[in-house]
Amino acid sequence: MLPAKTGLGFKPEHFPAVIETKPDLGFFEVHAENYMNAGGMPHAMLERLRVDYAISVHGVGLSIGGPDPMDEAHLARLKTLCDRYQPESFSEHLAWASHGGTWMHDLLPLPYTTETLRIVCDHIDRLQEVLGRKILLENPATYLTFTQSDIPETAFLTEIAQRTGCGLLLDVNNVFVSCVNHRTDPRAYLAAFPMQAVGEIHLAGHHSEELPSGPLLIDSHGKRVSEPVWTLYGEIVSKFGPLPSLVEWDNDVPDFVTLMAEAHRAARILEDTRHALAS
Amino acid sequence: MPSHLEFARSFQIALNADQLPVGAQADDASEIAQRFNVYRNNVAYGLAQALSRQFPATERLVGEECFAGMAKIFIEQSPPRSPILTDWGIEFPQFLAGLGSLSSLPYLPDVARIEWARSRAYHAADAKPVDATQLNTLAQHHRLHLHSSVQILTLATPAGSIWASQQPDGPAPPSPESWRPETVMIARRGLANVITQVISPQTGVFIRQLLALQTLATACTQAGPELDLTKALVLLIQNELISDIT
Repeated sequence: MLPAKTGLGFKPEHFPAVIETKPDLGFFEVHAENYMNAGGMPHAMLERLRVDYAISVHGVGLSIGGPDPMDEAHLARLKTLCDRYQPESFSEHLAWASHGGTWMHDLLPLPYTTETLRIVCDHIDRLQEVLGRKILLENPATYLTFTQSDIPETAFLTEIAQRTGCGLLLDVNNVFVSCVNHRTDPRAYLAAFPMQAVGEIHLAGHHSEELPSGPLLIDSHGKRVSEPVWTLYGEIVSKFGPLPSLVEWDNDVPDFVTLMAEAHRAARILEDTRHALAS
Repeated sequence: MPSHLEFARSFQIALNADQLPVGAQADDASEIAQRFNVYRNNVAYGLAQALSRQFPATERLVGEECFAGMAKIFIEQSPPRSPILTDWGIEFPQFLAGLGSLSSLPYLPDVARIEWARSRAYHAADAKPVDATQLNTLAQHHRLHLHSSVQILTLATPAGSIWASQQPDGPAPPSPESWRPETVMIARRGLANVITQVISPQTGVFIRQLLALQTLATACTQAGPELDLTKALVLLIQNELISDIT
């Protein structure tokens, strides 16, 4: 389990600053697929990071929500990675990214049906069997919905967690992005979310475009966390207590000081919650 | 209701065609295509960025706009087969060689070959170099085991020099009248220092023989009398590329 503190998505360009300043963070998160080559600097950095910090391995490559059988070669690579670094957490996405052997390199949306529920649960069963551990599954940011969907996303995730025993990764930015895009209420979404299964929270920035009907938010991970997302985050932790909380910033990556300012803001919210709970 | 397989297939086709995935909907139906474009853009941009990271000098030589155009065609013809994007792009040099529009840049596929080899070297398995004292007793019957990052490219163009000219503070590119074929060694020294060095053809043959685990004697014979053995060994030793001697 990850500590209920703030973490940061690890960027190799920040490695010298991290080693030099040894910031007070609960964990670092790395993308699994960046550490699947044989050797060199990526592994050297991760090994060094592992000495001082808890590690969360976050996969983007399994295509859990796709119709194809799980890629056994990729599962084996993940198993090797997890065996080597013994991360405190492994997480993946409710999305798909490959089909027919072609990798599309994006987290694509899926309809929520009885059939896709069975497929996703089968995939998670297989993943947890191979890794020998429970995983966390992340709620997606979406731009479209599908007429064939007949299960709400929160009910879909609840059912997955119940059937497979997996935990959930609640990405608050994804909740906000999806709800704004689908003109629904993020607080209603969160009220229906199975919070008891949540093992980690993600926070990130988004960009905004304008459609005739209103804004279309893009989950860009390319700027500061937005104010409405901070507000939702504060509400969640004040209600459910401190949770491991990650700030992600993957594009237009800023210097480490700017990134730490975001982490500090999350840490203050967690600290305020602890004080409030104690008093 | 379409099966999930039918849905995924239609989604995948729609990414590259003027159609929408089966069942796609939005509150305002007139916005479906615009919303789906986010996925189209993410896929196209993400893959083009990955290719640009693997082949930065190639991109500099043709310019961003031209590279983006080539990337688009390459992605359609040879999309990645695995989520590990550093494993993608081995076909890119050959793809470039087949583009008639690039015939004025005959060295471009070779520059891409160098960049592919550099990426392989960057991610190659770690190996400790042999202790310097072990090198004092080298004899003709010994076989040198080289670091797994070591690769020798025999190129019909001066792509090694042209690649170097594209680096920050790099030398001027060779003038066309002095163009000649080049042999290039690519390897990684330590954890992160990827070397790209133009070497003599004889040194190239010698290192290839070592990579095939031939003895020093055989490697020297194959390389021929023009091999500067001392220089070749110094190259390997100084760059810490000998990981075992048997």
